[in-house]
Amino acid sequence: MDKGKSVMGAGRRWAVEFTDNSTSHSSRDIADPPGFTRASLEQDDSAVSKQKKDAEANWKAQKAWEVAQAPFKNLFMMAFMMWMAGSTVHLFSIGITFSALLQPINAIRGVVGVFAPYKDNKVDLVVPKLVYIALNLVGLGLGVYKLNTLGLLPTHVSDWVSSLPPAQEVEYAGGGFPIY
Amino acid sequence: MGIRVFLLLLLFFCTSYPTFSLHEDQVGLMDWHQQYIGKVKHAVFHTQKAARKRVIVSTEENVVASLDLRHGEIFWRHVLGPNDVIDQIDIALGKYVITLSSGGSVVRAWNLPDGQMVWESTLLGSKSSRPLLLIPKNLKVDKDDVIFVYGNGFIYAVASIDGEFIWKKELASEGIDVQQLILPEGSDTIYAVGLLGSSRFDVYQLDVKSGELLKHNSMFFPAGFSGDLSFVSEGMAMAVDFTETVLVSVLFRDGQISFHKTHVSQLIPGFSGPAVTLPSKIPGTFILKTGSSVHFIKVINEGKLIVVGQVGHTDAVSDALSLPEDQQGFALVQQGDGKIFLTVKLGDDWTTNLIDDTVQMDHQRGLVHKVFLNTYVRTDRSNGFRVLIVMEDHSLLLLQQGEIVWSREDGLASIIDVKASELPVEKDGVSVAKVEHNLFEWLKGHLLKLKGTLMIATPDDVVAIQKIRLQSSEKSKMTRDRNGFRKLLIVLTRSGKVFALHTGDGRIVWSLLLKSLRKSETCENPRGVSLHQWQDPHHHALDENPSVLVVGRCGQGLDSAGVFSIVDTYTGKESYHVGPTHSIAHVIPLPFTDSREQRLHLLLDANRQGHLYPRTAEALGIFQHDLGNVYWYSAETDNGVLRGHGVQKNCVLEVADDYCFGTRDLWSIVFPSESEKIAATATTSSNEVVHTQAKVTADQEVMYKYISKNLLFLATVSPKAVGPIGSVTPDESSLVVYVIDTVTGRILHRMTHHGSQGPVNAVFSENWIVYHYFNLRAHRYEMSVIEIYDQARAENKDVLKLVFGAHNLTSPITAYSRPEVFTKSQSYFFTHSLKTIAVTLTAKGITSKQILLGTIGDQVLALDKRFLDPRRTVNPTQAEKEEGIIPLTDSIPIIPQSYVTHALKVESLRGIVTVPAKLESTTLVFAYGVDLFFTRLAPSRTYDSLTEDFSYALLLLTIVGLIVAIFVTWVWSEKKDLQDKWR
Repeated sequence: MDKGKSVMGAGRRWAVEFTDNSTSHSSRDIADPPGFTRASLEQDDSAVSKQKKDAEANWKAQKAWEVAQAPFKNLFMMAFMMWMAGSTVHLFSIGITFSALLQPINAIRGVVGVFAPYKDNKVDLVVPKLVYIALNLVGLGLGVYKLNTLGLLPTHVSDWVSSLPPAQEVEYAGGGFPIY
Repeated sequence: MGIRVFLLLLLFFCTSYPTFSLHEDQVGLMDWHQQYIGKVKHAVFHTQKAARKRVIVSTEENVVASLDLRHGEIFWRHVLGPNDVIDQIDIALGKYVITLSSGGSVVRAWNLPDGQMVWESTLLGSKSSRPLLLIPKNLKVDKDDVIFVYGNGFIYAVASIDGEFIWKKELASEGIDVQQLILPEGSDTIYAVGLLGSSRFDVYQLDVKSGELLKHNSMFFPAGFSGDLSFVSEGMAMAVDFTETVLVSVLFRDGQISFHKTHVSQLIPGFSGPAVTLPSKIPGTFILKTGSSVHFIKVINEGKLIVVGQVGHTDAVSDALSLPEDQQGFALVQQGDGKIFLTVKLGDDWTTNLIDDTVQMDHQRGLVHKVFLNTYVRTDRSNGFRVLIVMEDHSLLLLQQGEIVWSREDGLASIIDVKASELPVEKDGVSVAKVEHNLFEWLKGHLLKLKGTLMIATPDDVVAIQKIRLQSSEKSKMTRDRNGFRKLLIVLTRSGKVFALHTGDGRIVWSLLLKSLRKSETCENPRGVSLHQWQDPHHHALDENPSVLVVGRCGQGLDSAGVFSIVDTYTGKESYHVGPTHSIAHVIPLPFTDSREQRLHLLLDANRQGHLYPRTAEALGIFQHDLGNVYWYSAETDNGVLRGHGVQKNCVLEVADDYCFGTRDLWSIVFPSESEKIAATATTSSNEVVHTQAKVTADQEVMYKYISKNLLFLATVSPKAVGPIGSVTPDESSLVVYVIDTVTGRILHRMTHHGSQGPVNAVFSENWIVYHYFNLRAHRYEMSVIEIYDQARAENKDVLKLVFGAHNLTSPITAYSRPEVFTKSQSYFFTHSLKTIAVTLTAKGITSKQILLGTIGDQVLALDKRFLDPRRTVNPTQAEKEEGIIPLTDSIPIIPQSYVTHALKVESLRGIVTVPAKLESTTLVFAYGVDLFFTRLAPSRTYDSLTEDFSYALLLLTIVGLIVAIFVTWVWSEKKDLQDKWR
């Protein structure tokens, strides 16, 4: 290999550069061909795509808003289901409540993923994301409220003392009636 | 949150009315029932007919029973009331069993084959007298067979066919103690022989047909008689004079009475000390006890006395039995070195023994107390003998041809106290073969069960399933189980014998006749008093055995000397015994244990001095450390005073004793003697575990229970109302109940029930008391409940404080801090009268409670505590209903399915003991009386385990099926995928 390298370094006759340097200005040491203006080509191209891009950005923004508002529709559905489930603890109401709790949490955790397709430098995703999170939080609140109506939230004194062992007594008294 | 979910789920399951009934095929799966009769007093054989040889017995537990002579099983049995003591039994007409009971007041005839009562007659009379029964053979008065009964001072001739009185005659008008009725064979005159005072001998002669007094002779004997007369023949009685050194033979034939004196020393050389005639029924012979030996003295030619034999005082003699050829035989049982020597002798010939057998006898049965002899004709036409013997431990054995044919452990009919003990921990090292065998059996059993569930079992299979369930080897193993169902029940019986019963099948694991509870020179009249848990090792479960403390007393009074023993419950050996020592008035198990996990006990004597046990320096150190916090209370029921005492430093004795502690009086409560008399008390069980101090109501409110181990419930009734129901008017009677703190003597609660009276039965658990009494105004029994709550703790309402634990709810409390309590109570009518009352105990105290009522019908009824809840209202709100509050009704319903004893009876039920199993939902219940009954109860059902008939095989099959299905579908989907790809 050493030999080959030295041969190539010393007596190279020709070489083909496969690297395409057309896009990067800085590294180019060969002048553009006559009549070719790099700038005009770029400008011309962007004029067409700009419209396209704007439309896409609009569409993305719109979509993002749609996605952000999606939980809102879900809320009514959820509320209705909860109302249907009643306020006693049984399998159905527990299932509904837990799904009402888990769904918003999962949604909030996956917020980046949900808005990933609409990522664009031109689209401001912060507000939709915030709306999305807020709506999911409302959903979560609904779930917690449901949990409360079911009596499963430890907000009462009784929740904290129900398993308190009895206090120890200092004194001990025995005896009783004479055993016959 | 988890707890709340759990509790709510629990609540959800509990809101429906629970039924705790059994299916018919579940009877005997986890319960067992044993029938006993008690110590036999009299036995009458009935062996004339070829079929069904039987013996009729009456016992000290007031049982009259017919036993199978072949196996000792009970044909029939009747338990008379506790005051209806059986005095005499006999067989009349060959088909009726005649019993004389209640001190000669009641005569009853029972049909011999099936035990049904034929007739009953009450003998009225004012004077109590010695009850006597005479059933002559083939004596007819007005074509009726007649029996003669002497009771309450009257002699009655009773027709044995229907119990009608033919005639009656008062004999005891002068106060004569009639000791014998004699009817000479073929005579028309009946003799009633007795003593007036201790010096006049009286003979009445009555006409058999009419009861007319034919003659009355009496004669004074100036020296005076001592003890009872012993009747040698139809015209002769023997007695001992007042000095107890001279024998007097009394001849009274044909109206002539004459006395002949013989000095005992003439008969028995070297005689000293008192002579006593013993009751015997051997014609021509009487038995004289002098000192430690017993002499058989034969009377010949109307007055000449010959000593024919001498035996030890522990030997037992039977009554004479008529043998063919006009002979009389009697059995004599002597004992020595684990053997008993049985001889049957002829009445008139002491030297010949008809049989002479030696039988091996268990040491734990003690001495022979009674012997009953019966004869049968052998195939070679000679006389064979069978002998029924009653041992010191109250067991009953039948001996025949030198062997014990059967035995009955009838000591178990008189249980005094019960304690539960753990079984040994299972050791490792089970062999593989055993496991494989078990696995096969296990699978087979479950396959059978599966068949049963799928309803494809044949009748044979059903029988096999039932057999497997009943004979489950699991339940009678001698090791602990995971659920804590297998335990030993240590029972102390009146005979002084301690038994260990296995809870699985009720068999006797070991038995021990305690030496300290046997009659000895230092302890004349010993009896067991109570059992206590001495050692219950948990940390040292592998190297220490649990043991119980057996406390007894040498005599009736509280000040008689005490004895106690410590018995290892694994081996059944006495490891330590003390006795006779200081008197034992109270036994206080202290809440301390030493390093070997022996519980410290303070034994208080009649002088109010405490004696600490075990007597080790370590125990002394532990006790002295906490000396100031140990209190005790005592009650003087006669004076109506309740006193509280503290324990002081060492007591003042002649000999210094570090383990003896003096006591000082702290407080006393005096009940007004004209209006209140202590009727009943109740305290919580010392081994009860309370899960929580809070009670949560439906609206999320919290009520704090006032839980203290030092509370005493005490009920007093008006002194007039102590008698039976109906003896007082409602205005004269009232019932007052108290809840008293026994450390400070503070009365926490007092309530009066006007127009009510006892008997009061009460049970105390956690913070509530349930008691049962009679309401005279409503003419019904009532049950009341009192629940005690702590007002001082009710202020703890800040959730944040509770979340961060900034509260003092669990810090130790002292009774001297002023408690603020409030109580809730409610009363309900109840149908039954009760004998005893108990409450279920569980391991952690989470499971809801049931009250166990021992009803007058000798059954155990389980009543949910929810029926006795003072928060019941007529119209509970929805939330309260969800909580499980039952709408208030005036009486407590009795659900027939909730009888724990189902179809069985625990005859003369005396007590119910509950023991927590390791499984929280379950409690073990042991009810004892003449019978024993044991079962498991799950007051809130077995929410923490699968039911016993859960089909593991079905579960296994389902899982296997699902796995197979998964594989099959997986292969299919793979194939389909491949096909799709080739397309």
